[in-house]
Amino acid sequence: MSKSKTEEPEGTVSGGCKKEDYSISELLKERGVSRRDFLKFCSTVTAAMALPATFAPKVAQALDEVKRPPLVWLEFQGCTGDSEALLRSANPTVGEIVLDILSVDYHETIMAAAGHQAEAALDKTITDYKGKYFCVIEGSIPMKDGGIYGCVGGKSHLERARQVVGGAAATIAIGNCAAYGGIAAAAPNPTGAVGVMEAVPGATVINLPGCPCNADNLTATVVHYLVFGKIPALDSHGRPLFAYGKRIHDNCERRPHFDAGQYVEQWGDDGHRKGFCLYKMGCKGPATFHNCPSQRYNEKTSWPVAAGHPCAGCAEPAFWDTMSPMYRRLPNVPGFGIEHTADVIGLGLAAGVAGGFAVHGALAAMRKDKEPGDDTKEG
Amino acid sequence: MSEHCKFKRYVWELPVRCCHWVNVFAIAILAVTGFLIGTPHFGSSTSRYAMGWIRFVHFVAAYAFTISLLSRLLWSVIGNEYSGWKAFFPMLTAEGRQKSVRMLRYYLFLDHEVPETVGHNPLATTAYFALFLVYVMMVLTGFAMYATHAPGGIMFKSVGFMYSAFSLQGMRLAHHFGMWLILGFIINHIYSAWLMDIKEHGGEISSMFSGYKFTIKKGD
Repeated sequence: MSKSKTEEPEGTVSGGCKKEDYSISELLKERGVSRRDFLKFCSTVTAAMALPATFAPKVAQALDEVKRPPLVWLEFQGCTGDSEALLRSANPTVGEIVLDILSVDYHETIMAAAGHQAEAALDKTITDYKGKYFCVIEGSIPMKDGGIYGCVGGKSHLERARQVVGGAAATIAIGNCAAYGGIAAAAPNPTGAVGVMEAVPGATVINLPGCPCNADNLTATVVHYLVFGKIPALDSHGRPLFAYGKRIHDNCERRPHFDAGQYVEQWGDDGHRKGFCLYKMGCKGPATFHNCPSQRYNEKTSWPVAAGHPCAGCAEPAFWDTMSPMYRRLPNVPGFGIEHTADVIGLGLAAGVAGGFAVHGALAAMRKDKEPGDDTKEG
Repeated sequence: MSEHCKFKRYVWELPVRCCHWVNVFAIAILAVTGFLIGTPHFGSSTSRYAMGWIRFVHFVAAYAFTISLLSRLLWSVIGNEYSGWKAFFPMLTAEGRQKSVRMLRYYLFLDHEVPETVGHNPLATTAYFALFLVYVMMVLTGFAMYATHAPGGIMFKSVGFMYSAFSLQGMRLAHHFGMWLILGFIINHIYSAWLMDIKEHGGEISSMFSGYKFTIKKGD
C-alpha cells in the first residue's frame, strides 16, 4: 500500500473525517473554482452524459444542493492506471476536484493515513454510512486458492470486496481489470482473476472499462447519480449507455476513409501520413463500444486512433484474449502458427477439397460402371 | 413396361428451384463482397465510396439469402416428399441407412452399380443438413456483427444472445471460416452433380432448371 501525500487536497482527508455539512458548490468556492468554471463543468458533464443542453442548469442545481456522499476507492490487482488517468492531468479540473471532494475517505494510493489508521478510516466509513457510501474499485480480484494472491492489511481482495461492495449504495468498477478481470484475467489467468460483478454477485455495479477508463466518464457517472439519485442506464455488459452505447467505428473521425476504401497498409506509409483508416492494421473499433472518438482522453486532447494507432478494444470484456493480435484483423487460430490467418487455412481447405474431388473424378472417369445401357428406352 | 423403361418425374418444385438459384447467386455475391470486406484492396480515390457500396451489396445479398433460407425451411413442411424435412434425416430410418451405405460404397469405388435415387441421395441430404447449420451460423454471426451499428435496435436485441455467448472477434473468425466451408461444399456439390449426371443418365443437372428427373424406378 502506497501512502504518497502528493495529490491529496488539503482539508478533505484526515483519517477519514470531513466537514460533512458543506455542499459541493461551497467546497468548490473554497477551493478557488469560480462560479463560471463550475457552470462550464456542468455543461460539459451534461454533454458527456448524452443529455440535452437544457439539463445543464438542473445538473448545476443538483450539485449545488447535494451533500457529499462518502466514497472509498479500493486498489486491487491492477496497475493504478485509472488513478493515474484521473490525477495526472496537467491542471486539476473541476471534475477532478468534485471527485476529490467526494472520494477520498479511503484511497490506498493517495491517502495520508497508513496502517491501522487507514484500516480504521475504512471501517468507520463502511459502518457509519452503510448503504449510503460509494465504492470505486480499481483492479481485478483474484479468486483462485481462496483469493490468497492479493491481500491488503491481512485481508484478501475478495474478502474486502465482498465486505465493502456489499454495503455500498453503488460500486463503480473502474478500468477493464475491475470490470472484467483485465490483463490479470488474460489466459492462462494464474490467479483466477475476475471483475467485481463476478466476485460479488448481486451487488449494484457500474462497469467503466477502458485501459485506462476515461476520467470524464467517471465524473459523469458520479454526477449522474448525484443529479438523478440512481445509476445510469447500463448495457448488457454493465456499462453506462451514455459512454458505451455506440461503437467506436461509427463515430470515428477516420470513418470516411473506411467507407471510401482508403487504408493504411504499413506503418508510416503514405496512407498513414494522410490519416487513412487503420482497419487493415488491426483496428478493433468495429468491435468496441466506447465514446473515445467524441469524449477523447486527457481533457479531450487526443485518443489512440487520432494519434495513428489502431483501437485495441480495451473497453470490451476479455479484450486481451479476444482482441489479440493487436495489429491483425482476425484472431489467431488455435493449433496453427501465428502466421496462418483464417483465410489461408480456409483457402487450403477449399483447395484440398478441390484436389480430392479432381482425383476422384479422374478415377470415376476411368472406371467402367454398370450404367443404364443402350437398350434403356428413355422418356 | 420393361425394367429398362425410364419414367419422367417431376421432382423439384418451383419454390425449391428458386431457393436453390437465389442461394447460388447470393452466396457468390456474399463470398466476393465478404472477402473484399475482410481484405480490402481498392485504389485510393476520395471520390469513390468503394467499401460503402461493397458492404451495402453484401447486406442486401445477406437479406436475400436469409429470406431464401426461411422460405426453403417453410417449404420443407408444405412441399412434396423430395423437399420435405424428413428427407434430410435419412440416417433415422433403416432404409435410409442402407441406401447411404450403398451410396458410400459407390463413391469409394467398392461397388460398380450406380445407385439410383429419385430425389436427393441420402449422403447428400445429410451433408445439406450440416450445410444448413453452417448457413444458420453465418446468418447469426453476420447479422450480429451488422446490428452493432445500431445498439439497442430491434435487430441488436433479437440477436442479443450472440453477444453474451461469443465475442465479436470470435464471430468474425467464424464468419470467415464459414465462407471457406461453404466454398468447400460447393466444390463437392458441383462435382457430385456432374458425376451423377454422367453416371445416372437421369438429367441430374438439368433437373435443377426443369424440375424433371428420369428414373428407372417409379418412385423411391
